Amino acid sequence: MGTLDTTQTPGTATGVRTPGRASIPDRHLRTDRWWLAPAVTVAVLTAFVIYSTWRAFANSDYYAAPYVSPFYSPCLATNCVPMPAGADVQVFGPWWGISPALLVLIFPLGFRLTCYYYRKAYYRGFWAAPPACAVAEPHPKYSGETRFPLILQNIHRYFFYFAVIFAVILSYDAALGFRNAAGQWGHMGLGTLVLLGNIALIWLYTLSCHSCRHVVGGRLKNFSRHPVRYRMWTWVGKLNERHMALAWASLVSVALADFYVYLVASGTFHDPHLF
Amino acid sequence: MSYRGRFKIWRGDAKGGALQEFVVEVNEGEVVLDIIHRLQATQAPDLAVRWNCKAGKCGSCSAEINGRPRLMCMTRMSVFDESETVTVTPMRTFPVVRDLVTDVSFNYTKAREIPSFVPPPQLGPGEYRMQQEDVGRSQEFRKCIECFLCQNVCHVVRDHEENKTAFAGPRFLMRIAELDMHPLDAAEETGLDRKSTAQDEHGLGYCNITKCCTEVCPEHIKITDNALIPLKERAADRKYDPLVWLGSMIRRRRTD
Amino acid sequence: MTTQVERHSYDVVVVGAGGAGLRAAIEARSQGMRTAVICKSLFGKAHTVMAEGGIAASMGNVNENDNWQVHFRDTMRGGKFLNQWRMAELHAKEAPDRVWELETWGALFDRTKDGKISQRNFGGHEYPRLAHVGDRTGLELIRTLQQKIVSLQQEDKKEFGDYEARLKVFQECTVTRILTRAESGSAADSRVCGVFGYVRESGRFFVIEAPAVVLATGGIGKSFKVPSNSWEYTGDGHALALLAGAQLINMEFVQFHPTGMVWPPSVKGILVTESVRGDGGVLRNSDGKRFMFDYIPEVFKEKYAQDEAEADGWYTAPDTHRRPPELLPRDEVARAINAEVKAGHGSPHGGVFLDVSTRLPAEEIRRRLPSMHHQFKELADVDITAEPMEVGPTCHYVMGGVDVDPDTAAATGVPGLFAAGEVAGGMHGSNRLGGNSLSDLLVFGRRAGLYAATYAAELAGSRPQVAEEQIEGAAAEALRPFSAEYAGNTDTVDGRPENPYSLHQELQQTMNDLVGIIRRAGEMEEALHRLADLRVRSRTAVVEGHRQFNPGWHLAIDLRNMLLVSECVARAALERTESRGGHTRDDYPQMDRLWRKSNLVCELAEYRGVITGQDPAMGQIKLTRRDMLPIRADLLALFEKDELLKYLTDEELSA
Repeated sequence: MGTLDTTQTPGTATGVRTPGRASIPDRHLRTDRWWLAPAVTVAVLTAFVIYSTWRAFANSDYYAAPYVSPFYSPCLATNCVPMPAGADVQVFGPWWGISPALLVLIFPLGFRLTCYYYRKAYYRGFWAAPPACAVAEPHPKYSGETRFPLILQNIHRYFFYFAVIFAVILSYDAALGFRNAAGQWGHMGLGTLVLLGNIALIWLYTLSCHSCRHVVGGRLKNFSRHPVRYRMWTWVGKLNERHMALAWASLVSVALADFYVYLVASGTFHDPHLF
Repeated sequence: MSYRGRFKIWRGDAKGGALQEFVVEVNEGEVVLDIIHRLQATQAPDLAVRWNCKAGKCGSCSAEINGRPRLMCMTRMSVFDESETVTVTPMRTFPVVRDLVTDVSFNYTKAREIPSFVPPPQLGPGEYRMQQEDVGRSQEFRKCIECFLCQNVCHVVRDHEENKTAFAGPRFLMRIAELDMHPLDAAEETGLDRKSTAQDEHGLGYCNITKCCTEVCPEHIKITDNALIPLKERAADRKYDPLVWLGSMIRRRRTD
Repeated sequence: MTTQVERHSYDVVVVGAGGAGLRAAIEARSQGMRTAVICKSLFGKAHTVMAEGGIAASMGNVNENDNWQVHFRDTMRGGKFLNQWRMAELHAKEAPDRVWELETWGALFDRTKDGKISQRNFGGHEYPRLAHVGDRTGLELIRTLQQKIVSLQQEDKKEFGDYEARLKVFQECTVTRILTRAESGSAADSRVCGVFGYVRESGRFFVIEAPAVVLATGGIGKSFKVPSNSWEYTGDGHALALLAGAQLINMEFVQFHPTGMVWPPSVKGILVTESVRGDGGVLRNSDGKRFMFDYIPEVFKEKYAQDEAEADGWYTAPDTHRRPPELLPRDEVARAINAEVKAGHGSPHGGVFLDVSTRLPAEEIRRRLPSMHHQFKELADVDITAEPMEVGPTCHYVMGGVDVDPDTAAATGVPGLFAAGEVAGGMHGSNRLGGNSLSDLLVFGRRAGLYAATYAAELAGSRPQVAEEQIEGAAAEALRPFSAEYAGNTDTVDGRPENPYSLHQELQQTMNDLVGIIRRAGEMEEALHRLADLRVRSRTAVVEGHRQFNPGWHLAIDLRNMLLVSECVARAALERTESRGGHTRDDYPQMDRLWRKSNLVCELAEYRGVITGQDPAMGQIKLTRRDMLPIRADLLALFEKDELLKYLTDEELSA
């Protein structure tokens, strides 16, 4: 039936085939295209990982004044290309020889890796635990997030705090997009719009995070004593309902923003000036 | 408006059984449970099925229809093609009793393991004052009709029988969330920390938030987003503040 | 031969695990008694979960003019003064305490602005009085009681190491007989000594020895074709009481809820809560006319609005406007809908329109009536925020039931037997007000548990023992559908055995057509005849398969109860030559003050503990007329003389 049908040898008496349960040999009896969602997840995430790995290690074409790729901001090593007024702080000396992107990408990566939505997506898509609802998973043992390493998922909120810092930096980057290549303010190109679109989605994704919802008000027992935080919680809650959509949208937008900078920096495409 | 529908119904008991085919009349506006009742009245008088209200309010007629956990009384026949064979099986996470009836005692066992509401000692009956916004969250969870479809679909126990002892399941983790969010629950004053016991004693860590519980909930309770994840965050408050966590890890190492 | 039975011994057995049963069990256990609860379904699935609107209790949280006296008045008016007035008094006085108590067990009602329990308007209640949780109050009630039981079990676990040391729930078990023992050998002084029943899962029999049994089995709706009730409502407790020698009163009063779903056919009868009307919903016929203004009866003329403007004003300014006629007591509204449909002003599927979509914003409807929104969306594909619902009367509640002592809930004539909730009679008179059911469950559930515990404790060492021959009799009776009484019996149709499902359908059709919402003497006589015929044929009902979870067998056993109870309804309805509350006679359309003080009492025609009466003309039920105790003077003083004149005879008033 599905794509993963052969993974469990017939006759192993576990899971839905445990003795005492209704004896049905099939791993599942679903007739819909349950495999579609996990397959799309795998395809899109894989494509993103390949693209971002290439770009992160490339160590080139990430700055085209005034635009900086979100993969390389902040830029923390001396080998960064100079970015006038940009977020390049030379914390790491000349001994850092490889791509400066690798210094910072761990934070957005960690944020997304521990995100409650992405967890669902990759547990289902990559780990098949479970591949879809009421479709038996292939693993003989399961301990979930009870032990190392998956117990580390609990530190999501610390990644959230970093994600807020990163969102501030990227907002600053987007603001710098209102300069021209010579550093004069009051200009705008297509790249500015790309960066603005990206940072808007990044903010929405970051603020719609479950940890954010908890921190702003979810942890309270009595909302009525904290009316402001209650309102914030309600607002974040509304965003949170769209967390999945925002997770995908911001993932695509960040790749697109980087790709746009790549095209401009490599000279493949000329950034059209709007004013 | 009527047609002859094809059905496969699982019949048998703990010793064994199989899908059995039936052809039966289906009328406009009917639900799967109507068809089961027609089978009882016409072709299989001893076909065992559990049901009560037939209005989606009691949560008795849980089963799996075309492999998806659903209430039979809330699954309209109009969602299927007339040519489609509709497969109905009992829930596949609990031991089967007979035909479509399963032994759901696992859930009642788990219910007993969750410490009850602790009334605030200083307030008598009639003195409770709570604002609507403070009871709203727990009220959502109290919509639960205990159909146990979430318990059935959760792969933690569905695919791993051995986890049944350690894992309370979404319904009862949600119960902990409900009590922890109850504005007047006084558990903490009695030394009971629902946040960390959710993880230490009721298996919250097994949940990998793959959201099947939310997907099957006939009451549309956002179990994962509103109960389980907030509970995980509350447990993180207690246990994964990195400094506290480091300290407790070191202490645990020593006692090992 | 000794029958194989599982045996247990408890102090108090509660039959039924709905609101009344669980409340009784909590009370009996809290009094220190070892208590067993027998539950026909799974724990927490009882019919109480379907109650929607709320619990009536005069807490005065929304309108502080409310108090127990006003609640008492409303209850008596709703029941057309036929209520057991002492029960109505206790109910009105104790309901607020019972609701507040639920909060201490974890219930979360909707709140007022100042944080108290919110209360909503309902038909027949003068002030907003119903404590509620959206439109799923019954679920909240049952869950709270269920969780309180779990909490008591947790206490026992701590104390005795066993969750079930003092309180055990027997799930999916059905009682088929109350066991009694006559000390002197005469049936007249027999006492309760236990219950006999079967376990649904295994089909095995069990006996629980106990000196006190509380019946809390609910109603009888499944004898009718279009009920709002769940399958459990087969009149078990009513029949068990009769068979144990107790009496039923007021069985002619069956409430048809005015608003049940009428489409699609498979959900016909499912309740549409009265809150829809309480929150602004109006009834219209096919001409779009708000017809309820034409149906305000004389006795209610001064209390209800005469035109739409006045009615609409009431929702916002209830002190200066009279209430809309959609909120008349249920019997009035049900009759009105019935009349409109008969006159050809019905909706396409034979109901009328109930519209809230033009009355409230969509968001508000979803917030206040979430389960109605859900129910119509999922089952009928109707969006109630955008279009009207189609509704019609549905058999909802039986006012009649076991004749009990108002203070102790003890059944008359059978020491050790108690009854509470829908299975008990008297409290609601001829018609129950919405919201008074849940409060009834709590008030009298607690009382039944309390007095059953007291009775069991007082009996101490001298408990009656169960007689083996009674167990064997009960077992034989329960097994009869498997045996071959039909074998060689050519009296049956085509010489073939009867199918219990077809018998049940015929019974429902009979009650629906002949003893339904509007009744006539000839039809009810015909009904009695058909019931007798069904009774004879039911003896040849045969079931296939074995005893394990066999629904055909269970239905065959339930048929005995439904037939007994249906006969009570038909006989009493034929006898009462007037129209009052849940009893409407086409041939006697007026309320008759002379009938007001009379109860019709049903008991087994020939009490021998076994069903005889195969002669159709004889029947199984003996009917007698009994006068009620005069209403206490201080309670009468709560009413205006003019109003009392509508109900009470001149002699009663001057006395």
